[in-house]
Amino acid sequence: MLNRLGEQTIVFTNKPRVLGSCSIVGPKEGKGNFGKYFHKVLGDDLFGEDSYEKAESKMMQFAITEAIQDAKITKNDIDILFAGDLMNQITSSSFAARTLQVPYIGLFGACSTMAESLIMGSVYVDGGFAKYVACATGSHFSSAEKQFRYPLELGTQRPPSSQWTVTGTGCSILGCGESPISIVSATIGKVVDWAVNDVNNMGAAMAPAAMSTLKAHLDDTGKKPEDYDLILTGDLGKLGSEILMDLMEYNGYKIGNNYSDCGQMMFTSTQKTFMGGSGCGCGASILNSYVYDRLRTGELKNVLFIATGALMSTVSSQQGNSIPGIAHAVEFCYGGKKDV
Amino acid sequence: MFDPIMYLKVFAIGGLVCMIGQLLIITTKITSARILVSFLLLGVFMEAIGIFEPIKQFAGAGISVPIIGFGASLARGAIDAGNTLGVLGVFTGGLTATAGGIAAAILAGYVFGLIFNSKTKK
Amino acid sequence: MNEQERNERYNAYIEAKMPKTKPWPTLFHAFWTGGLICCLGELIKDLFLYFFPYMSTLDATNWSLIILIILASFLTGIGVYDRIGAYAGAGSIVPITGFSNSIASPALEFKREGLVFGLMAKMFIIAGPVIVSGTVASIIVGLIYLFI
Repeated sequence: MLNRLGEQTIVFTNKPRVLGSCSIVGPKEGKGNFGKYFHKVLGDDLFGEDSYEKAESKMMQFAITEAIQDAKITKNDIDILFAGDLMNQITSSSFAARTLQVPYIGLFGACSTMAESLIMGSVYVDGGFAKYVACATGSHFSSAEKQFRYPLELGTQRPPSSQWTVTGTGCSILGCGESPISIVSATIGKVVDWAVNDVNNMGAAMAPAAMSTLKAHLDDTGKKPEDYDLILTGDLGKLGSEILMDLMEYNGYKIGNNYSDCGQMMFTSTQKTFMGGSGCGCGASILNSYVYDRLRTGELKNVLFIATGALMSTVSSQQGNSIPGIAHAVEFCYGGKKDV
Repeated sequence: MFDPIMYLKVFAIGGLVCMIGQLLIITTKITSARILVSFLLLGVFMEAIGIFEPIKQFAGAGISVPIIGFGASLARGAIDAGNTLGVLGVFTGGLTATAGGIAAAILAGYVFGLIFNSKTKK
Repeated sequence: MNEQERNERYNAYIEAKMPKTKPWPTLFHAFWTGGLICCLGELIKDLFLYFFPYMSTLDATNWSLIILIILASFLTGIGVYDRIGAYAGAGSIVPITGFSNSIASPALEFKREGLVFGLMAKMFIIAGPVIVSGTVASIIVGLIYLFI
């Protein structure tokens, strides 16, 4: 029997639980709207290292270690670590895995990696291939600037449609065990490209992918947007989330009051981030702190988390390729709800 | 020397040149490397058709400090050395005339690059 | 609606929805910062002429450019130039100080990848095109003048 619904959605019959989590962010994110919810806010985003890439890897390592403690298990209990990041050849994740010495599968889904890793982890737990898995992703503003944009000290202006890469890492521990948060289904997205070329407008490039996945999820499960307490996208930003609402309305679905975007909410309006936050760490840090906290207490009962990613590289955009987007959705539930 | 009217002219023309650059940035989403290249080529062109020199007489540093001046020096150097040395001068003249600036930028970049580290943006 | 038509409509929709820079404040910032940097250049030139009366104006101008370049490079090192740039935009890109900043900033940034392949090799990722295009254009202009 296939545990599938419709075209793109998988259903977890054993409902993998979220047993523990950790989020760690940089100083700027700590001063943002969610500062008080994160588990750790760094005073210095070098984290005692001598490069931002090393700091990013250390943050990943920290988040995984703390999440394991939060789940009240030990490192040796982790059967598989699923992790990914934005650096070339996902070095931050692999270097963290090198130190941690746990079985590791590296993932790349750009900023959609949080959902991607949760889906992979849930599949392994649900299928009985792992008892505990760790799902982690993170990003760092300074390393991302260096790789994708300009040197930090170059005097340029950020265009008003741009977003600010979040310095942050989140890790979730999934497994069979006692926890009020379960993962009930997931929708795996297709790569969607509506020919947006502007690398300073990622929200617009990724919004069609978010629309495609959200629409597929609703069609596959037969649910309506109102069935969720919260539909949360990863890092569409202010412009991207407005576009998503317009696109959904165009397709006959009204999302509004229960819809939010991590990128849009991350920073305060005085922090000069224009359209808000972006990066793997944006959705990951908010999901692993604020959202899980609300799900644990039952304040939120049904959450659909959609992480969006832009699957371009500096080479592809210099060669004139448009920016393909992807989005994966993960459905969280409070309590032991039986039916999907 | 220290003529206030001259400074006013320098300020006005220099400001105007930068303002045109800014206008290009916000209307065409052009990157800073492209801004530098296009203004430099503009300088080469202005020198080639002979309108750079009169503007420089009028506005001094207002036109020679923007990278237009750098382009104009390159062109002027190539033309002048070409007149005295022929084709060889065309090859050596441009970079000779601007060698001071390029060498200073390389030296300063190297030295300060060694001393300082880049810091994250707030 | 075919794919191309949809993409064109979507891009037109984004173009209309995209937040635009308010032109006047940034133009004003660029104007006064750029003007001020040029005045500083003029001042340094005048000071050279004042203290070294026998110096030619061309040499004094070259000195003023060298001083500005070193100053901008220093400001880049201590982390000030990127803040000026965030405020002034083209006001601090177009002057020769912007050229200096474009050489110093990658030098600082890529130093961690070593002196040869990091600092020295990456120094020209932004300024390289400037030197290449300027050299090529000046040779073309020189040749045209030579043969006309």
